[in-house]
Amino acid sequence: MFGATENRMTTAAGALSLGGILLFVGLAAIALLAQSRGGDAGPLFDAYLWRVTRFTLLQASLSTLISILFAIPVARALARQASFPGRIWVLRLMALPLGLPALVAALGLIEVWGRQGLLNTALAAAGLAQPISVYGLFGILTAHVFFNMPLAARLMLTGIERIPAEYWRTSPNLGMGPLATFRFIEWPAIRGLLPGIAGLIFMLCATSFTLVLTLGGGPAASTIEVAIYQALRFDFDPPRAIALSGLQVALTGALLILLKFVAPPPEEGETTGRAIRRFDGASGLSRLFDRIWLALAIAFVGVPLAAIAYSGAKADLLRLVREPAFHHALAMSTMIALLSATVSVVMTALMIRAERLALAPRRPRTAARLFAGAIDASTSFILLVPPVVLGAGWFLLLTPLGDVARFAPAVVIAINALMALPFVYRVLAPAMATHAVRTERLAASLGIGGFHRLRWIDWPALRRPLLMAFSFAMALSLGDLGAVALFGSEEMVTLPFLLYSRMASYRTADAAGLALMLGLVCLILTVLGTAGEEKPSEGRSA
Amino acid sequence: MSSTALSLKGVEVRFETATLLFDCEVPAGRIVAVAGASGSGKSTLFNVIAGFEQPERGDVRILGEDMAGRLPGERPVSVIFQEHNLFAHLDVAANVGLGISPALRLGPAERAQVEAALARVGLAGFGGRLPPTLSGGERQRVALARAMVRHRPLLLLDEPFAALDPGMRSEMRNLIGDLHEEEGNTILMITHHPDDVKMLADSVLFLDQGRIVAHDDIAHFLERRDLAAINRFLGNE
Repeated sequence: MFGATENRMTTAAGALSLGGILLFVGLAAIALLAQSRGGDAGPLFDAYLWRVTRFTLLQASLSTLISILFAIPVARALARQASFPGRIWVLRLMALPLGLPALVAALGLIEVWGRQGLLNTALAAAGLAQPISVYGLFGILTAHVFFNMPLAARLMLTGIERIPAEYWRTSPNLGMGPLATFRFIEWPAIRGLLPGIAGLIFMLCATSFTLVLTLGGGPAASTIEVAIYQALRFDFDPPRAIALSGLQVALTGALLILLKFVAPPPEEGETTGRAIRRFDGASGLSRLFDRIWLALAIAFVGVPLAAIAYSGAKADLLRLVREPAFHHALAMSTMIALLSATVSVVMTALMIRAERLALAPRRPRTAARLFAGAIDASTSFILLVPPVVLGAGWFLLLTPLGDVARFAPAVVIAINALMALPFVYRVLAPAMATHAVRTERLAASLGIGGFHRLRWIDWPALRRPLLMAFSFAMALSLGDLGAVALFGSEEMVTLPFLLYSRMASYRTADAAGLALMLGLVCLILTVLGTAGEEKPSEGRSA
Repeated sequence: MSSTALSLKGVEVRFETATLLFDCEVPAGRIVAVAGASGSGKSTLFNVIAGFEQPERGDVRILGEDMAGRLPGERPVSVIFQEHNLFAHLDVAANVGLGISPALRLGPAERAQVEAALARVGLAGFGGRLPPTLSGGERQRVALARAMVRHRPLLLLDEPFAALDPGMRSEMRNLIGDLHEEEGNTILMITHHPDDVKMLADSVLFLDQGRIVAHDDIAHFLERRDLAAINRFLGNE
């Protein structure tokens, strides 16, 4: 706050970052808008578009509803059975899907629910003729519930665990049965969280790309995001892609506004896993009920994960690892993930610092206020523009310049960096704010600035959140298919793209092996990226 | 030699809702208590002296030198805050050592200096400890040790005892009194406790609603009954 040159440089760098983001998004938007004038607007909002929109909203609503209805008894069972052995592992299992690339999960779900999957094999063995088809609405819902039920259950569990411990002594004392306990104590705690949880899940499902791409079937089960991709990649129909992009932005915009004003997204409070002493839930019936729901949840989430591990391990991993195609994909993915994570973390850190500097004076000038506001808004504004829409814009922008594939890595890095921005911001902003409050004046009064402050004060204290954000951003980029799908080509193959093409060409064993490796790497990065979130950072205040 | 340690002339600090105005002179070598209700401007006064806030108008002089444009680290001032005086991730010796070299380049002589300062505040052998493992009183004494190695002629204490229990308060008060004797520095100390004022201060700067309304010798201050704010502070009503 107090070194003039240093501050001017930080502000300039923050402004450059913000400008870069706005330019990148703005150019994509201009490309989309400019092209749309060419096409005739008449048949744009045709039956196809209407159907796609309807399906997007339908599957998102159903996914949300089922996820939440499933999550309530699971969360309640986890809360009520507070000390059974292995409970912590159930909680960890519930955290796993969040770190899993969608494509890897899709593969696991196909192993279980697919034509040759566990379930249909079992059904056929039992003499039932009609197999369940995982492709279409059923598969999409299954996949969305696979990802979002555990998320909802964990968020609800945090809510229930926030109930004061005295309640669990009072309620049996008053003679409340399981039903009354749920109605008067647990449900009110869950109900307050529901709008936020539902909004979040609806948003995730409405913008879901990879799962719908792999599990959806044709125009009957396609979302807007996938339709944009198909319009560009297969039909090369820019006007349609543009109309769809506009629709998508309008939809996510409306959802974001709704979320912001109606239901703020719930704090991603981690469950501490600490046991709360509860005196209910010990009766035979309650315990049976809880066990059934827990078993269902564990099977629903765990079996596809186990299937990925099992068939992945069965694949010829040694041969796969020696393949040049794998090497190329690995190198490409690693490069893209490292670069996009670096870009994302550095830009976000600079913008947070610049925002703080802009608001530091007693009476910040209007320009400074606007600058800070723009930085703050840009981090959530990114959510408005799904990767596929950004990709579509740049695809159209670059097509006249020749082979789009040449620019692919740069565009994918930029899109991945932007995708990670809101998450990186959420990790870094509170950590940097606390750090500034604790050290800013002290460092200034001791005359510690520039490189010395970075080395002795900032880096040691912020290393942990920075690495967390970095590893989370890397996991996002490594698992991403949305940006790569549009630009993928012979030269531009990432691990998810390789996995996708192996799946498409029915080389199932290869796909399983790749999925296992990719899934493991992403899980490890996510665990690193979220580890220790629940711990207060610096112990007692000094 | 009774020179002037600190002089503020027509210093004006404007906030959205209020304008603060400071005028005062503090002779060198005194201990001055700074008192007044919350929001009366005590912290802003310190921020202006230490260089954390730039006044809209007016002169801030320390030992006769104009402070305009001087960064906090370049002023002949040490500050001890109510808390967060130490970097929690650096050990005690490094925290004190930063007072000698902001780059933490310490030779054997500097290390010995750090050790001596720690011994002086009763924390010999604490150099390797991390701040979160110390008690509140111990952390404040580390901050005091750092102020000692910096040898700045003006020491600002922003409620340094606020987080301490009564026993530790009087211990810290004695320590500050002793150090003042040795160093002959000038100390300004924000406090809410009449006891601190009576036992430590030579004079009192009293603030009310953004103005310095009284600057009296301690004996005179304790006798005053004419201002309601001072009566409230001394518990005379």
